Amino acid sequence: MISFELNGTPVHCEAAPATRLSDVLRDHLNHKGTKSGCDAGDCGACTVLIDGEPACACLVPAAQAEAARITTVEGLKASPRGRLLQQAFLARGAAQCGICTPGMLVAALALLERAAQPTRHEIADALGGVLCRCTGYAKIIDAVEDAALGRIDTTPRPEQGHAVGARIARLDGVPKIAGTEAYGADAIPPDALWVRAIRSPHHRAGFRFGDIDGFIAAHPGVIRVLTAKDIPGRNIFGVIPPFADQPVFAEDEAHFRGEAVAALVGERSVIAALDLATFPVMWEEREPVLTIAAALDPAAPQLQARRPGNILVRGHVETGDVQAALNGGAVTVEGTFVTAFVEHAYIEPEAGWARRVGDRIEITASTQAPYMDRDDTAAIMGLAPEAIRIIPSACGGGFGSKLDLSVQPYVALAAWLTGRPAAMVYTRPESLQSTTKRHPAIMRSKMAATRDGQLLAMDFEGDFNTGAYSSWGPTVANRVPVHASGPYVVPNYRANTRAVLTHCVPSGAFRGFGVPQTVVAQEQMLDMLAERLGLDALDFRIRNALTDTAPTVTGQVMGDGVGIRDCFEALKPHWQALRRAAEDFNRTAKRVKRGVGVAGMFYGCGNTSLPNPSTIRLGLKPDGRLSLHQGAVDIGQGANTVIAQIAADAVGLPLALIDLVSPDTDLTPDCGKTSASRQTFVTGTAAERAGRALRHRLLRLANAGEGAMLSLEHGRLVVREDTVVRSVDLAALPRDAHGYVQCTEETFDPPTSPLDGHGQGKPYAVYGYGAHLAEVEVDTRLGRVRVLRIVAAHDVGRAINPILVEGQIEGGVAQGIGMALMEEFTPGRGENLHDYLIPTIGDVPPIESILVERASSAGPFGAKGIGEQALIPTAPAILNAIHHATGARLMQVPATPDRVLAALKARIA
Amino acid sequence: MYARPRTIEEATRAMAAEGALAVCGGTDVYPAHVGRPLSRPLVDLSRIEGLRGIGDAGDVFRFGAATTWSDILRAPLPAAFDGLKAAAREVGSVQIQNRGTIAGNLCNASPAADGVPPLLSLDARVELAAQGGRRVLPLSAFITGYRRTALAPGEIVTAVLVPKPSPAARAGFVKLGARRYLVISILMAAAVVEKDAGGRILRAAVAVGAASPVAQRLPELEADLRGLAGTPSALVAPRHLLGLSPIDDVRATAAYRLEAALSAIGEALDMAAGAA
Repeated sequence: MISFELNGTPVHCEAAPATRLSDVLRDHLNHKGTKSGCDAGDCGACTVLIDGEPACACLVPAAQAEAARITTVEGLKASPRGRLLQQAFLARGAAQCGICTPGMLVAALALLERAAQPTRHEIADALGGVLCRCTGYAKIIDAVEDAALGRIDTTPRPEQGHAVGARIARLDGVPKIAGTEAYGADAIPPDALWVRAIRSPHHRAGFRFGDIDGFIAAHPGVIRVLTAKDIPGRNIFGVIPPFADQPVFAEDEAHFRGEAVAALVGERSVIAALDLATFPVMWEEREPVLTIAAALDPAAPQLQARRPGNILVRGHVETGDVQAALNGGAVTVEGTFVTAFVEHAYIEPEAGWARRVGDRIEITASTQAPYMDRDDTAAIMGLAPEAIRIIPSACGGGFGSKLDLSVQPYVALAAWLTGRPAAMVYTRPESLQSTTKRHPAIMRSKMAATRDGQLLAMDFEGDFNTGAYSSWGPTVANRVPVHASGPYVVPNYRANTRAVLTHCVPSGAFRGFGVPQTVVAQEQMLDMLAERLGLDALDFRIRNALTDTAPTVTGQVMGDGVGIRDCFEALKPHWQALRRAAEDFNRTAKRVKRGVGVAGMFYGCGNTSLPNPSTIRLGLKPDGRLSLHQGAVDIGQGANTVIAQIAADAVGLPLALIDLVSPDTDLTPDCGKTSASRQTFVTGTAAERAGRALRHRLLRLANAGEGAMLSLEHGRLVVREDTVVRSVDLAALPRDAHGYVQCTEETFDPPTSPLDGHGQGKPYAVYGYGAHLAEVEVDTRLGRVRVLRIVAAHDVGRAINPILVEGQIEGGVAQGIGMALMEEFTPGRGENLHDYLIPTIGDVPPIESILVERASSAGPFGAKGIGEQALIPTAPAILNAIHHATGARLMQVPATPDRVLAALKARIA
Repeated sequence: MYARPRTIEEATRAMAAEGALAVCGGTDVYPAHVGRPLSRPLVDLSRIEGLRGIGDAGDVFRFGAATTWSDILRAPLPAAFDGLKAAAREVGSVQIQNRGTIAGNLCNASPAADGVPPLLSLDARVELAAQGGRRVLPLSAFITGYRRTALAPGEIVTAVLVPKPSPAARAGFVKLGARRYLVISILMAAAVVEKDAGGRILRAAVAVGAASPVAQRLPELEADLRGLAGTPSALVAPRHLLGLSPIDDVRATAAYRLEAALSAIGEALDMAAGAA
């Protein structure tokens, strides 16, 4: 028996003394606000106060809590400072996905209890042990400052018709700051069976099972062992159906380290106490191919019989006559650029559970793509899609990796076969080993320009390490050639890409689908060209920037909403002042040099030339409130808020009247996946259409014209037109199958056209545009790079909610800094968050966001996507800044201190 | 088994259990058991009376084994301990500093342990206890290799003993990592320098971490520094690093570590010599 004081209340529990305190709080005392992100003290999500001092609860034996005073996020509401912090986090948008929020709040409380008015530096020191992958930390620091000063921004809800463009706090934010949000591991029924996968310890290995029945018999409480032969449907899944090639359980040979070959199902305590190394499986390690070069060797082992040469897919876009233009170009530059595996590193590892309900299966899990999960799981289970219900839990960060299946087939199978609820929670090493990564790339590029600075030609070849299975490899291979030109007019252009299969963890979708890699090449090449031409790097970009009337490399003329030039122009004052300041600084500086770099990007919103419709249902309830069936999964980016803002203004009623119906394949129509920066654009347009359609019906009910004012008052629809007021009793109206008195359902699928054999066509209905400026300091003796400032200008068409747009930009910049300077995953090494580094609160500098609004006629209220766009230009802007500071060109990211120092030496040589 | 001894005697008795593992701050034990059960017998040293805290023991400062990094940061200690304090501030995060202990850092014997270079530069000794009695080893003899120590089965560390430095001694510490907080060192350098009234170096102690399986003192450099009046960094040369044997790993290349060591040692020395 262990007794302590939890948030002021004495508690007792029977946990074993070595149990992690985080597990005691969550599982024994049902305080799920404390999150488990790594079980190793690396992420700080489980931060609690022990006698007032912050500690990672995952590192504390339950026995050490005896007689202590423990404070968790659930205890914040009891303290005035705690409440202020919660309000400030909500008002500032400091919680996005919210999974780190409890740890941040608790760590901040400890700070405010001892320092009434901390500096930003002290705030960073106090929160340095909690990782956040969404926000870029800026709004978190702002919020702690606000709370210290008691300065909470309480902007009132926007007036009717003015929801779009309003800086409102996220509508789904309260549970995130209260610690009550239920993520994948938070609402698992106590009686659920537990599932754990047996995974390959080798990159490539044959395997054979021993006496599984004997193993089960020897371990009471282990109920079943699942292998490929237990799968009722097909042992194949994949996000792009024609390419689906990944087994739930490997058969005969495991193709990557971390691939599942079996799963144990049993009582939770029994499964938790098992040493998985005792499971009877014999491995026969085989020679793997881990790199692009090794996989392309003609003698290399072949990953898949139907993919000769280990080439999964090729991509191609071509226009003009590249060879002639390169030969005739006055100035040419070329280079080979290399990028690494990058891990999504959301703080919530994959988690979820399933239960069998008659002949159906319900899966509650952390996901970005409920309908895709449904269809793929149905095929695995040999069931009709309608027999699977996907209920997305709150998602503690996705960034692309939670588009692919993870726990879903395992929990579905276990629940189906045992008849009991079954849950699975990945450990951090499992998450690192087995879920998708950003594709490492090798890119060879040549560019040519005329002497007066007109871009003439670009020839690009990119190979992408797609790992053992297809995942989103085809999307990367197809998206990159469309984007490798950058947001510039390049009349002669050729881009060839290959997604190459290796015995590595599958590469998939990660914020930008290959484009963040591409800009590392293209934006540095532009600087190289500008330097050769003696032109200012920003002027050179402005001169060649795409316009409303100039064709992209696929021959598409956008017609409106091309804001890249505006973004560059917006940076100009900063650029000129900061470049000068850096050069002045460097005249006297010896060891530390400063530099300022710029990079631009454009990025197509939605699927590349493929359908990706969203459907929104909007119903008027008899009580005079609106139901918004909002099926776009909010993974922290803000769809729940943005889509509601759009719907409110489209129907012309106050935002406060909207009730959200959250994503659930039984309750919300398909809004597609949360990826490709498509939800504001595609689902937003569906919401705008649904709103307008509902407005039209309501006006017709009252026989009023388009200009009338709607209101809902005490169960009545009131329509005012000039001096005429009409009123309809909603309770008297007939109700449809959903119980609504009026209901509309509208679908939007972006108008695109297929790409021809040369990649010509209209792959996207709209692009987002942006440019970043980075100011850095380089320690030329140690190769250390510190980012001093980022200025980010983004053309978002219309900022539906500027707080959320800034949040996307700040978070994207932080991930861009990680990609530029520290993030590199090596399969088999460092499968934890102390070897795999993401930026901490001390690594992200002040970020100034400049929102450019060049409306696109294709988007809702003119809006475009921002989710991925925000990350893309950061890394090359930093690399260009390093060059400006030192003259060293980094051809490989991340630019770790050893690589920077090597590049500095190469420059001298 | 989970033992909660109150005395060192009880602890050493409990440690006699087959496979027993000592746990105190938990900041190394738990990360080593992610996703696998902690099935070894555990001996929790956190409640042993007198094991935590820093005391004046005549000619030495005695750091109880369970003293946390936060305890060290808050303790009034002579300036020669500034390097140790700087290292304490760099151990993981505040959360880790509040729980992680000085002895745990030594027993974990990571080549990148933040506490080891400054303690080496302070000539720290390690006090051990077992059922058979107590012994004291120099820190350099306590850590015997990559994640290996001289701890005998059943033995625990009870204290770290640091000879009282001269009031004139000053310290410097440099840690290189690839990010600001929560970072495992690429390289560390720690220095303690004592000068005479004329500003000449009477005695210098320099240690480098994460550049060999065990952090090391650099005796040749220390000898060369004796009597120096100028800026010590100017004297540091590649020949002083011959004893190091850095490796390539996920954090940096071996070549970088050597290069960075030159710079970091110079920086730590200049800090300690007041020349920075």
